[in-house]
Amino acid sequence: MELNPPLEIDKALLKRRNAAETRFKLYGLAAVLTAVLVLGLLLTSIISKGYTAFEQTYILLDVRLDQATIDPKGTGRQEDLAAASYRGILRDALREQFPEAESRNEKRSLYGLVGSAAEYDLRNAVLQNPKLVGTTATIAIKASDDVDSYIKGFISRDVVQADRKVKDQELGWLDTLEADDRIITKFNVDFFTQADSREPEEAGILGAVIGSLYTLAITLALCFPVGVLTAIYLEEFAPRNRWTDIIEVNINNLAAVPSIVFGLLGLAIFLNFFGLPRSAPIVGGMVLALMTLPTIIIASRAALKAVPPSIREAALGMGASRMQTVFHHVFPLAMPGILTGTILGMAQALGETAPLLMIGMVAFIADIPGSINDAATVLPVQIFLWADSPERGFVEKTSAAIMVLLAFLVVMNAIAVLLRKRFERRW
Amino acid sequence: MEQLALFFALIFLIILGYILGKGRAVALSGHAYHPLHSRLPYYGLYTAIWCGLPSLLLMAGWMAFEPAIAEAIVSSKLSASNQDLTSDQITLYVNDVINLASGGIISREVNSDLQAATDSYIFFRQTSYFAMAVVAISLSLAGLFSSLKTINPDLRARNKVEKIISIVMMVCSTIAILTTVGIVFSLIFETLRFFNKVPLSEFLFGLHWSPQTALREDQIGGSGSFGAVPLFAGTMLITFISMIVAVPVGLMSAIYMSEYAGKKFRAFAKPLLEILAGIPTVVYGFFAALTVAPFFRNSGELFGLSVSSESALAAGMVMGIMIIPFISSLSDDVMNSVPQSLRDASYAMGATKSETITKVILPAALPGIVGAVLLAMSRAIGETMIVVMAAGLAANLTANPLEAVTTVTVQIVTLLVGDQEFDSAKTLAAFALGLLLFIVTLAMNVVALKVVRKYREKYD
Repeated sequence: MELNPPLEIDKALLKRRNAAETRFKLYGLAAVLTAVLVLGLLLTSIISKGYTAFEQTYILLDVRLDQATIDPKGTGRQEDLAAASYRGILRDALREQFPEAESRNEKRSLYGLVGSAAEYDLRNAVLQNPKLVGTTATIAIKASDDVDSYIKGFISRDVVQADRKVKDQELGWLDTLEADDRIITKFNVDFFTQADSREPEEAGILGAVIGSLYTLAITLALCFPVGVLTAIYLEEFAPRNRWTDIIEVNINNLAAVPSIVFGLLGLAIFLNFFGLPRSAPIVGGMVLALMTLPTIIIASRAALKAVPPSIREAALGMGASRMQTVFHHVFPLAMPGILTGTILGMAQALGETAPLLMIGMVAFIADIPGSINDAATVLPVQIFLWADSPERGFVEKTSAAIMVLLAFLVVMNAIAVLLRKRFERRW
Repeated sequence: MEQLALFFALIFLIILGYILGKGRAVALSGHAYHPLHSRLPYYGLYTAIWCGLPSLLLMAGWMAFEPAIAEAIVSSKLSASNQDLTSDQITLYVNDVINLASGGIISREVNSDLQAATDSYIFFRQTSYFAMAVVAISLSLAGLFSSLKTINPDLRARNKVEKIISIVMMVCSTIAILTTVGIVFSLIFETLRFFNKVPLSEFLFGLHWSPQTALREDQIGGSGSFGAVPLFAGTMLITFISMIVAVPVGLMSAIYMSEYAGKKFRAFAKPLLEILAGIPTVVYGFFAALTVAPFFRNSGELFGLSVSSESALAAGMVMGIMIIPFISSLSDDVMNSVPQSLRDASYAMGATKSETITKVILPAALPGIVGAVLLAMSRAIGETMIVVMAAGLAANLTANPLEAVTTVTVQIVTLLVGDQEFDSAKTLAAFALGLLLFIVTLAMNVVALKVVRKYREKYD
């Protein structure tokens, strides 16, 4: 007699359950892959739109630099050279290249082939090399943004003329220039050395980068000491009472307040109440500091908490005061964690846009800010401004600026990871 | 630049104070018949604090209040001399004075009156600056000498320094509270002024939003209606779409990462998700406006649907993508804190992994996951840049995700960016919306944190 009849296994059920298991696992994998795929899509779309911005199209023109027009007195001094009308010289050169342009409109579109600030390129070329005066030199002149877009392939010839920024006649000229090997592309240095401009071919990010640096410097100077001292106080000294409870709840809630609300705070208090200057990095830095403060406090507290109590007990046992224990022993040991949190907080502040819109950092600023009280803009706001511009040339500039911003963020995060790996101690 | 010079002068004095204080202590310990109370650096710190703290506080206070005081003086002078000006005109005039003083662009011709006002403004600012600088330096020197004088072997320098540091720490810890108080007060005051002009019931229940008001009598402008329901509806719609994207993807990837993925896969996928979390929102906004929205519009055309180029769908989808890592990391935490014993019991009963997850772990972690979703929602509601760049401005009351809607945050930005007079209902409306946003996100947050905490206690 069998005591235990063999277990009846419902094979079909088991199969169904195993199939469900596999399916479930696939859903999970699909979810992760979706996220990764979207990230890839985002980065490819930005890089594919933006990499062309690092190059700029130039037109090689034979420019006749007459002594009589540039430096009639023949002094050869820089001021005299700089005062000449290079616009006229440039236009002469264009007309010489294409004598067929006769009507007013034709001439205008001919002059439009080169960028609006091309005359300054010419002037700089002459100033750098005064020996050119009196000769006919072949000089690379920056092309206008439309020509640049066409050469880079963003403007198709197949579109009807009315919908196309580069008209048929200009296409003809460009074809001639290309056949003569007169169109070249160079690395776009100006993108990294100039401030914003209304003209895409002249617009650069240096102004925004400097503005970001000033703003972040203010943010760091304010929120690092305040954040760390708060964390030390709450973690090491504060008595457990209602007041500290309120502070803690408050910090947790501040961390989740939408960033735009901090902008409203800055507008109402810093600008309207204290009358601080609009658009200035000092106000932007203060607003971002308030916003980043909770992040730094929370990270610093976690780092302080991770230092084992034995360290404190040992220091106290040697006769150190509580303050000495914390500042001589606990704080240095928690420093890597605190710095990591600070860098991550700064990265967050660097990418923040919305609160800065509220305090007027969206103004068009064509100068590189010289101090924390000057009107300035920051990198993400610059991206926002360019993204709003209708010109085709700004699309690639926007993407390129995003690439620069992401590069900064990657570097900051890499430093944070490195710090964590190199210095963090597991107890 | 002058301020920087003063700042560095003070820093120099502080360092000098440290060195002198320490030197004095060294000198005392040399020929004193009983040793010093504290270690040497504390005497230096003691002097340095007395040398620096009062003057730095003075400088900070001056920087905070002086611009407002200078402005008040200009406007009071102006209203004394021209009684017939309205307060708005005075504000404009004062702005011109300030802009002229800083070499900016002004809205009127520079006449002798304006120049005189500007000169007196500049003169006042310079005088007050120099007065402040003199007072700061003398405070510093006075602190230096008086503290040097008090240094003697019995001075409890360490205790005094520690006392001051602990006061500084306490002050720092109240800044978080002050920030909240500042937010609440600045929002409430402006909101109350707004509700003086527009009734609360219209704001909360009105179905029509068009904040453009006519500036002059004869101008044909909007009626200036402030019914915010379309904004709430738009915000809800976009938040809802983003949750539809983020919750399943975030939750499933958290499950896969914590329960199924091997070490190698995790090491590869986790940093990628973190990158997704670290991308600035303005980048997502650009992506939504230039890649996703045109894609939806074109594919909509393919099926004969008219999709707005600022559709709620595009903004919501991209916002959902932004929130995926947020939900996934939060729910990862929550599921990891479900005790191992529950899993073991389920496996012992013969359940497969997926059965354990769906029937045991998820129900146990549900409160935490709800909390995570609430936090994510409050984030989506307060998110600004994606919707500013990818959602529309027109306040449509619709539930169709293919149409353009606008949100609370978009309206705050459009109402406040650019030059506006500060007292109009239009700008004040932004503060009312801000207050609402603050209250809603705060409430969601408090509830979420409470839910999560309660749940954690259950298993701890």
